[in-house]
Amino acid sequence: MKILMLGWELPPHNSGGLGVACYHMSKALAIAGASIDFVLPYSAKHPKADFMRIHSATKLSPDLKAHLGSYDSSYVFERNLEDAMNPNSLRGVQKKYVEFVEKMTSEIRPDVIHAHDWLTMEAGIRAKELTGAPLVVHVHATEYDRSGENYGNPIVHEIEQEALLMADRIIAVSQLTKDIIVQQYGIPAASVEVVHNAANLDDFGPYTYDMRNYKYLEALKYEGHTVVASLTRFTVQKGLTHFLRAAARACEKYDKFVFLLAGDGELRDELIEMSADLGISDKVFFTGFVRGKQWRDVYSLADVFVLSSVSEPFGLTALEAAHHDSALIISRQSGVGEVLHSSLKYDYWDVERLADQMVGIALSPGLASDLRNNVRNEYARLSWNDIADRCMRVYRHARSKVLV
Amino acid sequence: MKKGVVVYLHVHQPYRVRPYSVFDVGQSHDYFGSLENNADVNDEKILRKVADKSYRPMIGLLQTLLDKHEDFSVSLSITGDFIDQAERWTPDLLDGFRRLFATGRVELVAETYYHSLAFFFSRQEFEAQVNKHRERVQQLFGITPKAFRNTELAYNDEVAKWADEAGYGVVLAEGWDKVLGWRSPNYVYQPVDTKNIKLLLKNYKLSDDMAFRFGDSHWSEWPLTSDKYIDWIRASMGDGDIVNLFMDFETFGEHQWEDKGIFNFFEHFVAEWIGQGNTFYTVSDAAQGFEPADVISMPDTVTWADTERDLTAWLGNSMQNEAARHLYALENDVIRSGDQGLMNDWRYLQSSDHLYYMCTKWMNDGDIHSYFSPYSSPYDAFLYYMNAIRDVRWRVMQHHRLGGFDA
Repeated sequence: MKILMLGWELPPHNSGGLGVACYHMSKALAIAGASIDFVLPYSAKHPKADFMRIHSATKLSPDLKAHLGSYDSSYVFERNLEDAMNPNSLRGVQKKYVEFVEKMTSEIRPDVIHAHDWLTMEAGIRAKELTGAPLVVHVHATEYDRSGENYGNPIVHEIEQEALLMADRIIAVSQLTKDIIVQQYGIPAASVEVVHNAANLDDFGPYTYDMRNYKYLEALKYEGHTVVASLTRFTVQKGLTHFLRAAARACEKYDKFVFLLAGDGELRDELIEMSADLGISDKVFFTGFVRGKQWRDVYSLADVFVLSSVSEPFGLTALEAAHHDSALIISRQSGVGEVLHSSLKYDYWDVERLADQMVGIALSPGLASDLRNNVRNEYARLSWNDIADRCMRVYRHARSKVLV
Repeated sequence: MKKGVVVYLHVHQPYRVRPYSVFDVGQSHDYFGSLENNADVNDEKILRKVADKSYRPMIGLLQTLLDKHEDFSVSLSITGDFIDQAERWTPDLLDGFRRLFATGRVELVAETYYHSLAFFFSRQEFEAQVNKHRERVQQLFGITPKAFRNTELAYNDEVAKWADEAGYGVVLAEGWDKVLGWRSPNYVYQPVDTKNIKLLLKNYKLSDDMAFRFGDSHWSEWPLTSDKYIDWIRASMGDGDIVNLFMDFETFGEHQWEDKGIFNFFEHFVAEWIGQGNTFYTVSDAAQGFEPADVISMPDTVTWADTERDLTAWLGNSMQNEAARHLYALENDVIRSGDQGLMNDWRYLQSSDHLYYMCTKWMNDGDIHSYFSPYSSPYDAFLYYMNAIRDVRWRVMQHHRLGGFDA
């Protein structure tokens, strides 16, 4: 199976879960025998991705790409790529990406085109037009999710809409996402296949937790405090204001809590101010953006990991937390809850329920250990190889549809 | 004595804990879900629904069969939790049971009032509950039970010894292969180290054919006819004396639906079994009528649940053990308070159902639906339950004027 894979990022140059998912999926597909041409919008070395051919659509560095804000769709103004005049804007890069893919299609004849999220969807449509190969659109997030409780960018919504209609087959990362595709984009449910992500931390190299990065928090933990952590981008989508209100509410009933907010984003100042307003600023710790060992240590330190998203198609961080033995609390609006049953669930707005759950875990070693042990087993059953098999089936299905 | 089938049906409805949060603790003491809109934990709504689907039609069918067939008899156990709920919301059910007992061919089996596992935590509390149940059914139905079953059929040699000393003539247990070995459940037995008491063992294969598999269209034997079932009973019985069919009363109409034909099946089965010259026995009739075939010892506790047939469905994980420990740790303080409302709430919290809702065994086989629960997860069940326990503790401290709120 020759796959033209259209992605926007790969580790170590990723800003979120999309690149991680693309990397592991491609690797498992390559192991399953697929030949993959993977297109990126920037130029960089990916020494660990030698199982596929990586093509760079531009000479831009991955840093520049980071400044574009690959997740930030609110600055997209041009519906048509021809109107994108600034070559260093997001639309400008997307324009070059499409031109690059157009050129590629004169040399590469793929069996299937696999495009990830709206950033590469236009290129996917173009490749399908030029090669006649079936287009599989993989939805890791929609504009509907990214906008949190607000209305998203109508131009991005329209791009997604067009690609979903043009796709021969759609993969959604969760039932929640499938429901959005069906309800918000009017796509027939039969066209959408749900394929949940897995996690694989072995690729990040050997790791041991030495308690050195967060010494003060470890000391508090030693004195019996429960560490409740979240690791995410600080955007409206992630529901952290509700998380903070629940934290304050929980402290009314039990005061040996510390809350660790790891990450960064546009809402950071608001969250800091809010924790002061709520009177819990001494209990809330902001780490800023974390990478590498600092990043993994957050999971190791956490007794409880909260995924508080308002709308989360999947939620890879929950799998990573499960790998590191945290007990999980997951909003019902997060797709990862569909595969991690051994977790507490709440509606993202239900501050009382979340507070109750935090207190419940803090007061009960039995609950904490059952949650941890059972979720670790569930996590261990998820496999990228199974996901690759599912993708292969989707490809065959899409091909039979096109050939008939 | 003719060969006979012993049908024993268990009647129970628990008081379910509503989504009771830590913010309710010390504020409101209404743990049980009767006032909730949430239909899954609304005890009143559930009882009324099950009454329509199961209790009323099955009481009616049993009455018809008793009127029609002199040889038909049946044994029932009815928990205090059920009696309390029925008295409040569906008193006609108690009248219906009373009429069944009045025929003289329906035996009432003793048990703990609160459907609890108290035997394994506090002998004193266990006896108080068995006594309360005896007094209540005596007052309600005019019957003093002569047979005993422990909650969930949880049985070991100690249970038998206790029931023997308490004067019961027969005790019920699961006929589990690992204990029986080559022996058949289709005889009366004597428990080890007892004087007078007999032991009846559930024929789980035939019981489960009716209770679990009857309506399953994927089952290779589906649909089950009364002819086929009687053939199986004969084959299983062999030289034996009895076949013990023990199951939930709610099998009829609630677990197996009317439109799958469970009531018709049972009616035909009874008529044909008697028509072929056989009979039915109550548990005490069977125990008195037949000599024990052997002495049986079960040092380890055996129950009627799961493939393991042990207590792990109720006390298998950390949450369940923690919940039970905190529950029974309150015993002395609750009893000492003399507060009837507090004692009653604490005892409703002893129902084994609460622990069952916290079971996480299904996580191993991924079969989410194999354990029935009104909660979205066993973790939720635990959280609400523990908050209720905290409130009981708070009330105890208020009563004895001790300390403040703590874990």
